[in-house]
Amino acid sequence: MAAIRSEGPSRGADSAPSGGSAAAKPQAWGEHTRERRREGERLLAAFALVLPALLVVGVFFVAPLVLSAVGAFRDADGGFTLAHFAKSLDLYTRDLLFTIEIVVLSTFLIAIVAIAIAGYLTLGEHPRAVAVLRWLYRWPLFIPFVVAGQIMRTFLAKNGMLNHVLIGTGLIEPISAQSMLDWRGIVIAFVWKQAPFVTLLLAGAMASLERQHIEAARNLGAPRWRVLIDIVLPQVRGTLLVGLVLSFVAMLSVLSVPLMINPNSPTMITVDVAYRINTFADYAVANALCLLSLLLAASGAAFYLRHAVRKVENG
Amino acid sequence: MSATVAARYGQNALRALVLALLAFAIFGPLLNLVLWAFAEKWYFPSKLPLEYGLTFWQRVFAPRGNALGSLGTSIWIAVLTVIVSLAVAIPAGYALGRLKLPWRGLILLAFLLPQAVPNLPVYVNIAQVFYRIGLAGTITGVVLVHASHGLVLAVWIASAAFASVDASLEEAARNMGASAWTCFCTVTLPLAAPGLMASAIFVFLESVDEFTGTYFVGVPDVTTLPLLMFNASMGGNYQIASITALLLLVPSIAFMLVVERFLKADVLAMVGR
Repeated sequence: MAAIRSEGPSRGADSAPSGGSAAAKPQAWGEHTRERRREGERLLAAFALVLPALLVVGVFFVAPLVLSAVGAFRDADGGFTLAHFAKSLDLYTRDLLFTIEIVVLSTFLIAIVAIAIAGYLTLGEHPRAVAVLRWLYRWPLFIPFVVAGQIMRTFLAKNGMLNHVLIGTGLIEPISAQSMLDWRGIVIAFVWKQAPFVTLLLAGAMASLERQHIEAARNLGAPRWRVLIDIVLPQVRGTLLVGLVLSFVAMLSVLSVPLMINPNSPTMITVDVAYRINTFADYAVANALCLLSLLLAASGAAFYLRHAVRKVENG
Repeated sequence: MSATVAARYGQNALRALVLALLAFAIFGPLLNLVLWAFAEKWYFPSKLPLEYGLTFWQRVFAPRGNALGSLGTSIWIAVLTVIVSLAVAIPAGYALGRLKLPWRGLILLAFLLPQAVPNLPVYVNIAQVFYRIGLAGTITGVVLVHASHGLVLAVWIASAAFASVDASLEEAARNMGASAWTCFCTVTLPLAAPGLMASAIFVFLESVDEFTGTYFVGVPDVTTLPLLMFNASMGGNYQIASITALLLLVPSIAFMLVVERFLKADVLAMVGR
């Protein structure tokens, strides 16, 4: 007990330096400034602890990003130019549209799959089916894109397992078997890999909802799909949007999947960027293309921000 | 009566059918990969490999083969990435989780940047800068790129782990005369250890699986397992690519099976708040 230090108890009273009787005022004043200095030192220490991590992100992420933006607008003599954008749009407008279509379609399909699976996990009334589904859906969760690309490259090929199964079950004629290694292959690879991630987030958010509204609606005879759409989904919309925006951005920056499944034109912008650099060392057009895909990502992020702002406004 | 029984049978059959289709969609591609890994000969139009064997496995794991080298490189890079990430994420997580810090939300958001912005422009330009200062094609360069990308997970999870440590235990240790540093090392750090372990695993896995950054920054000397797999696949050697892909699947699937032990539903619900 003797080891208790004099300043120990005062730590709990940090926030109330204004107390003290009139008689003790000069002393309290001194205490007050000392307290403020200590507060400032504490703040400084806290920032010093965060600083190294912020520096890593700043130097190795933000700075190159700024370089990219600068490089996209700079001509050979260091002046300002829009020529790189003109060239990008001239050569790659079709690929830009292709990229938008693929990513938007994939995001949409991911949302549907994630809502369906997470919804059944939350509202399903057949315990064994729920358990099987919970075990089943997560397998591709941490499989890297590059492996997903290799997997789909063999599975969806003309001689792949998908066609063999479709022929074997009599769903298609052997003659109409075709390779799906085009835009469909990319979309399938994206949904296969990314839907479990969004489902995991969504199912987690749904599991932490209050059950009483759901039970009440069910008792009043509402069918499960109505409960899902009208009661559950509005409460987890934020989580769903975060998952979808992260997936949207991830799919925009994946290089391996389009390179492995569909490297020929029209293809995704990431493939064009790698091509400009590896073949022509043309960093200027590559940077312009990167900036255009940043713009696409920003439109996705704006979607999320609008939701976040509305949430703040509604309290 | 029999109508409701029939309806229930129909419902059960439908449920089983949907689950079976989903199982095929998930395991079909994986099974196809396993078949390729053990196929000696497989060409059109046979449905299954013509011969099975381990010849390609021997070639992959031969002392002269580069799979073992790539595996070693991948693990070495991942371990260094974990060390760098945690060295800066632990102090940052402590400050964000325990201390009063203005703009806390903004700082947390800053670490999300590398995950929320397309990475390609960053890799392209950092490769150029690294090339100029001699970091291109080095382990150090790749580790720095991986660390900045994995930092969001490390900082967010570390911050949540420190925030969940009971402050009264720290106060008790301080009252008993422990210095701030002793208190941190003997009380706070051990209590936050499970969360920090989770963030270490996340960072490790992200680094092992990373492709695009290594593709631009690691060229030509650093060949990690994903790069080896990609090169084999583009070279048309599906057996080697599939065997390497199976190696990459081991940590991914192992982690998938235990993920909910690390990420509880309440943490997941926090995302997007």
